[in-house]
Amino acid sequence: MSNTHADTVLYVRDTMLPQSEPPASTIGPAGWAKQNLFSGWLNTLLTVVSAAFVVFLLYRLLPWFISPTWGSDSLSSCRALFEEIGRDHEGACWGVIRDRWQQLLFGFYPAELYWRPILSLILLMVALAPVLFVGKVPAKMLIFSVIYPFMLPWLLWGGTVWMPIAVIAGFGVGYLVFKLVAKVGPGGLAAIVATLATVLWWLFLTAPVAYGLASVLPLALEPVASRQFGGFMLSVTIGVVAIACSLPIGIVLALGRRSDLPLVKWLCVGFIEFIRGVPLITLLFVASVLLNIFLPPGTNFDIILRVMIMTTLFASAYMAEVIRGGLAALPKGQYEGADSLGLDYWQAQRLIIMPQALKISIPGIVSTFIGVFKDTTLVSIIGLLDPLGLANAIRADTDWNGIYWELFLFIGAVFFIFCFSMSRYSMYLERKLQTGHR
Amino acid sequence: MTDTAFDTAPAVDPTAMKVSDEVAIEISNMNKWYGTFHVLRDINLTVNRGERIVVAGPSGSGKSTMIRCINRLEEHQAGKIVVDGTELTSDLKNIDKVRSEVGMCFQHFNLFPHLTILENCTLAPIWVRKTPKKEAIETAMYFLEKVKIPDQANKYPGQLSGGQQQRVAIARSLCMKPRIMLFDEPTSALDPEMIKEVLDTMIELAQEGMTMICVTHEMGFARQVANRVIFMDQGQIVEQNEPEEFFNNPRSERTKLFLSQILGH
Repeated sequence: MSNTHADTVLYVRDTMLPQSEPPASTIGPAGWAKQNLFSGWLNTLLTVVSAAFVVFLLYRLLPWFISPTWGSDSLSSCRALFEEIGRDHEGACWGVIRDRWQQLLFGFYPAELYWRPILSLILLMVALAPVLFVGKVPAKMLIFSVIYPFMLPWLLWGGTVWMPIAVIAGFGVGYLVFKLVAKVGPGGLAAIVATLATVLWWLFLTAPVAYGLASVLPLALEPVASRQFGGFMLSVTIGVVAIACSLPIGIVLALGRRSDLPLVKWLCVGFIEFIRGVPLITLLFVASVLLNIFLPPGTNFDIILRVMIMTTLFASAYMAEVIRGGLAALPKGQYEGADSLGLDYWQAQRLIIMPQALKISIPGIVSTFIGVFKDTTLVSIIGLLDPLGLANAIRADTDWNGIYWELFLFIGAVFFIFCFSMSRYSMYLERKLQTGHR
Repeated sequence: MTDTAFDTAPAVDPTAMKVSDEVAIEISNMNKWYGTFHVLRDINLTVNRGERIVVAGPSGSGKSTMIRCINRLEEHQAGKIVVDGTELTSDLKNIDKVRSEVGMCFQHFNLFPHLTILENCTLAPIWVRKTPKKEAIETAMYFLEKVKIPDQANKYPGQLSGGQQQRVAIARSLCMKPRIMLFDEPTSALDPEMIKEVLDTMIELAQEGMTMICVTHEMGFARQVANRVIFMDQGQIVEQNEPEEFFNNPRSERTKLFLSQILGH
């Protein structure tokens, strides 16, 4: 600072300025429009051109959408209607949606049993509520979330009620074996023996026990075969299973890939890189064609179950990489903080590392979920009737031969509802987990 | 580095703090390499219970690495470290035992940002010590009061200032009732105004007889609280002495140069 200013440097404020209103042109809708739409000549031009384009699109598309064809029962009757009312252009033929919406939603599931998939969907919401909205829904409802995975296959495929109960009993068997072995041996051995006992129970005893009980007390739903499944019911079932299973498997794979144990690490790396290196369609073909070659002759391994397993494995590999990104983003200090307090590896992962890594990965995780859900349409390639497969089936009917847009619009709209909800939920979750750091 | 933060600090009477004959930490012939780089060379150090040791030295001298070896955040490749009678080997049980007895504060606090202050403090007692939740909360509130921030208990770390965060980190360590505390440059990431509040907390801890090893550049703190100052350079202990002697009458040329650089402005 130079000396010439020395006598002007002293400054003491004696009155404090009151807070004042911002200029009117910067607040409210007018302020918003000025700031976002007309902030300069280029933005003004872009705004005008975009508005004109939107108006033009609506002008050309709306007449097609607004079409009095809800009642028609074939494409030819739509065309006759257009001629009758003297429309010089083609319009949408919405009759196909009215005629076939049940098929698009449920495939060839018996109509009198529609209540089962609908009930499954409602119960799915109930089971998801305590998981998605922690703190807003009583935590006791989590019990239902645990039971639901066993109920779902029973509701959809039917059969005796003893089957899911026998499967759940497997956990009881495992627990009893664990308690018994833990009394005489070390905990690690007990855990291994208990796991083995549970798997053996599922493989060899579940079916006889269930059928035995069923012959004593026949409580059963009418069975529905897998080939009758189709439409959104199929997409949602495969999607929900793949989504629900891929997250935990992905977490384990991500941790395995960062493990210090070489065997674990290379197994995980091998699995992830193999799955990511192969297109989903290839895996689905393996599921539908090749798997039968490797399985012992006479094994009947449900095609939907095979597809679910393949989709889950596919999604898990991507999930693992997304979560690994979250893990890598955590500062090393978090691991050291946890270590220095004496937490062991699993406690540190569960209490410190995973909650933060998963939070960082939410956008990636939900993107993967959305991708998996949309990928379920690929099952049409191996002959399962997902909504797109059904669209082909509907076109094969002479009544609706040549109808494309209406079906695709309907399918697209339903997919949009599902995917958009997922993306909104992820934004809600990110806001909720914001704790003011970073 | 200045010791202005201490101009107003209350005088501490070092004789009030007793050092017992019991050995808390014994490091003998410890060596460590990062790849082929020899970071710690033949470290020998015995710390008795109740001692307050300040470790000083230029950056890269291995002082942080040394204290991080004491709770095995870093692994030593040769020599022996015995903490509270437990030798640190690759045995995970021993490591977890030592870690739950040795508290540590870091330069960047390393609080858990997704948990509240109170949860940060109760986490380890509940999961490692299996303390009942109610008791853990009481202990946490006791130590938060001690570091003078009980009113922030339900906030998240991101909402606190650096000095407050470091005091929470100290409280979090104390909640485990450790017998030894390690401080790894606890004030280096703080504004000058906040350094004092953290140092005051540490002084109070020292006066209560906590065994402390503190890596710091705060020479005022060393003068007032430490009963021993260790100077490290190039991975070796170059000089150790009582603070008065160390500052007024440094023996080695390297120590003289270091002191003239950090105190000479």
